[in-house]
Amino acid sequence: MEWDFKSGVPIYSQIIDEMTMRIASGAYEPGEKLPSVRDLAMDAGVNPNTMQKALAELERKGLVFSERTSGRFVTKEEKVLKALHEELAKKYFEEFADKLRKIGMSGEEIAGAVKRWLQDIK
Amino acid sequence: MARIEINHITKQFGNLTALDSVALELEKGQIVGLLGPNGSGKTTLIKILNGLLQPTAGSVTINGMEPGIETKKVVAYLPDRNALPDYMTASQLMDIYQDFFADFDRQKAEAMVDDLGIDRKQPMKKMSKGTKEKLQLCLVMARQAEVYLLDEPIGGVDPATRDYILRTIISNYNEDAVVIISTHLISDVESVLDDVVFLKEGKVVLHKAADEIREEKGESVDKLFREVFKC
Repeated sequence: MEWDFKSGVPIYSQIIDEMTMRIASGAYEPGEKLPSVRDLAMDAGVNPNTMQKALAELERKGLVFSERTSGRFVTKEEKVLKALHEELAKKYFEEFADKLRKIGMSGEEIAGAVKRWLQDIK
Repeated sequence: MARIEINHITKQFGNLTALDSVALELEKGQIVGLLGPNGSGKTTLIKILNGLLQPTAGSVTINGMEPGIETKKVVAYLPDRNALPDYMTASQLMDIYQDFFADFDRQKAEAMVDDLGIDRKQPMKKMSKGTKEKLQLCLVMARQAEVYLLDEPIGGVDPATRDYILRTIISNYNEDAVVIISTHLISDVESVLDDVVFLKEGKVVLHKAADEIREEKGESVDKLFREVFKC
């Protein structure tokens, strides 16, 4: 898994997005132990404090939890994971719909196009 | 008490003012980028922190002490040019560091030297410019210091080595140390920085968290630098 940071966006928020994606996609499985802050920071090439800050935020959101002595783990709560899926799916859809609206497609046209293209893409 | 306190120091060389009432407090647990164009006073500031230069006015303290023998025990310094005897080999230089610094981790140094493909038996003067720089950095980063003063640590090395060096700095990072990196290669280092300090003509024009800059201005530290120091 590669980290790729865009300039001009706070790194911690980009880490949050990337980690969220990894959790949602199952790259980190429910209940899996996460690498240490230092290892994650080294892997991403970022400051450990920044990684720490991002993980603390993921914890606040309930996506990861920490156990005092053994480290951080991905949540096992299905509700949280389901909500996360929905949230991400909605976000991607909004980006997608926004672009199509910009090139002048109506809601109906988008819906029709989605159906058609889904069959083509597979 | 901050790990490093810089109390309004001014440094003049004749009638040239290299530093003009610079005041900074740097806490432990941080990686700080000292950023500024050529001639902005970066090296002068680092040399003062290191006790190699005396300020014309003002004072600096490290752990509450003025730079001197006691602070040199806890400060690992990478100068902007080679200061080591270049007839010596990597092995011999590691011997010297081991003799001089109680916090020098020989094993770590050897591992880094090997990782970077440096021949331990080759005298330094036969090494390429980049290899010399790598070796110096290995020696400095193998110390378990409380303050690292790195003056242009990545200037002369290739991008792959740059990544290795930055990873070394990250992996070496500990909550008790402060790392100061002076450079103008900002885009290469900005993802590892907590705080950035912009020096312009001897004055601090900005001291801020790197992520705050990205958040508030919506632009990279590199881009902001180009704006502030536009020629």
